[in-house]
Amino acid sequence: MKKEPLIRVENMKKYYPVKGGIIPHTTGCIKAVDGVSFSIMKGETLGLVGESGCGKSTIGRQLVGLETPTEGSIYYKGMNLSEMKKEERRKIRTNLQMVFQDSYSSLNPRKHVFEILAQPMLYHKISTKETVEKDVIKLLDMVGLPTGVLGRYPHEFSGGQRQRISIAKALSLNPEFIVCDEPVSALDVSIQAQILNLLKSLQKELHLTLLFVGHGLGAVNYVSDRIAVMYLGKIVEIGTAEEVFSHPVHPYTRALLEAVPVPDPEAEENERSILQGEVGSSEAPPEGCRFHPRCPYAVEMCGKEEPDMLKTADVGRRASDSAAEIRAAEALAGADGSHYAACPCMVDK
Amino acid sequence: MKDAEYKENRKIATESYRQTVIRRFRKHHLAAVSLGILLFLCGAAILAPVIAPYDPDAMAGPFGGAPCKEFLLGTDQIGRDVLSRLLYATRVSLLVGVMATLISTVIGVILGLIAGYFGGVADMLIMRFTDMVMSFPYILLVLVAASIFKPGLWNIILILGFVDWPGIARLVRGNVLSLRETNFIKGNIVAGMPLRHILFSEILPNTAAPILVYATSVLAISMLDEAALSFLGMGVQPPSASLGNMLNGAQSLTILTSQPWLWIPPGLVIVVLVIAINFVGDALRDALDPNSEKR
Repeated sequence: MKKEPLIRVENMKKYYPVKGGIIPHTTGCIKAVDGVSFSIMKGETLGLVGESGCGKSTIGRQLVGLETPTEGSIYYKGMNLSEMKKEERRKIRTNLQMVFQDSYSSLNPRKHVFEILAQPMLYHKISTKETVEKDVIKLLDMVGLPTGVLGRYPHEFSGGQRQRISIAKALSLNPEFIVCDEPVSALDVSIQAQILNLLKSLQKELHLTLLFVGHGLGAVNYVSDRIAVMYLGKIVEIGTAEEVFSHPVHPYTRALLEAVPVPDPEAEENERSILQGEVGSSEAPPEGCRFHPRCPYAVEMCGKEEPDMLKTADVGRRASDSAAEIRAAEALAGADGSHYAACPCMVDK
Repeated sequence: MKDAEYKENRKIATESYRQTVIRRFRKHHLAAVSLGILLFLCGAAILAPVIAPYDPDAMAGPFGGAPCKEFLLGTDQIGRDVLSRLLYATRVSLLVGVMATLISTVIGVILGLIAGYFGGVADMLIMRFTDMVMSFPYILLVLVAASIFKPGLWNIILILGFVDWPGIARLVRGNVLSLRETNFIKGNIVAGMPLRHILFSEILPNTAAPILVYATSVLAISMLDEAALSFLGMGVQPPSASLGNMLNGAQSLTILTSQPWLWIPPGLVIVVLVIAINFVGDALRDALDPNSEKR
């Protein structure tokens, strides 16, 4: 029997209309997310990486119900969220929580920590007036904050502490699934490590399922079991963290990994291939493979046919073969047919 | 949950928001003095029945008598004591100002919240209606309204209350628009909090400071409007005294030149009240702004 994933997304699309003209009308749409499918098993962390504007945060916002997909569906424990009645969805909603990137704006500046943490718990009857103080203190303890901070206001905390409070707030409703939308990218590196460790240990302790959105590859790799790489509204590659990092298949993934700065001044600079060109427009994405205008291995075919998402696990051993092939192809720069054969996008075709 | 109660229990050694506001307010000396004057005038107005030397509507002395020991500010054309009338007039003017401000604030806040939070058609309708009320010749509207409904104290309050709200509605809408996009509102939506909690417990407290500041200017404006209306004879009707209809007498040249005790005191009270209110409003703006000084 196949295990039902906690979250399953099928062909999710999110288009934002673009208004224009003298008489305002919809002239086009931004395809922020354009046909994305993936699933997250209970207790695992899926990392979602990609450059700014590729739609990774939009996916997160749709999962917690802040936005509804234009097309496609989200299944939570096999139940379709968009087909649910309002009442049912309200009940389920508390199981899906979110931690935001900017910890300063994610806490009401007029409320002290106790109010921020206690109000949702009281409203959802997770805690009662008598027990709420104990529960709040327990939450603070979980995220590593002392009890003395209860009466303080958000502006009295540092960025890392505020992020801890945000995490406590997300945890207060006993969720099963938390979307972490770049939770550490606004923090100092040393604090980043603390928050990542906190997330990791909380996940273990509470058997949480996480979607970790980020653009720092190191951070994503550290917390994630599996990683999905996005480019221009599509997932181009998905696989376990180890496979994606050690045997990247898609040329975009390879470029991302190569762009990570090496903290060694002696390291040879010339081995890296820097991506050329700009990210395509999400209003009119390139035809065929979205990456082909920037792909170093692109051939004519790539502009016509759209490849499927790569599953590193499926490609398995062939991934390393193709890496060797690519190197061979690089040696044959200028030759045409060999490029097509070498393009990892076409590996499983 | 209750701020004060909670702090008592835990003895948390941090300055509360209120203490911060008071400390910052006191830095504005002009405003502190203004507040003192304002409190003094309010006190005098509230205590008018106790401290007024004479009945404000009764003839008590000579017609148009100059200030003397018996009548500190003289008497008017029909022999009523000017000081007593002034005390009662301040009372009426303050009542009109405060009530009109309350009404317009309530209307403005509700319309602004709805327009800002829900957007779309509701926003469009409310804001066009607001523009309409704003672009109407103000004093004319009030005059027409005053002539349709019988002029009188409560009608003046209602009329002023219903014309002064557009500014507040716009202010609240603008604030709500920006607050709606903040993460803490989104976080509360994700946490499944009900609409009334989000509107009144999360959004409203964050707009309270600008509303309060704006309300002080509405207070000053509606007091001036009341004076203007009464001066024109469409406001508070005699024999009740208001600062405006006391100035009414100054329409005649002889009074202007030879009986200054009839118009200088009410004029002065209006000026002092409006200036004091505006200074206090300015200081409040600085004191309430959470970003003006991050500790």
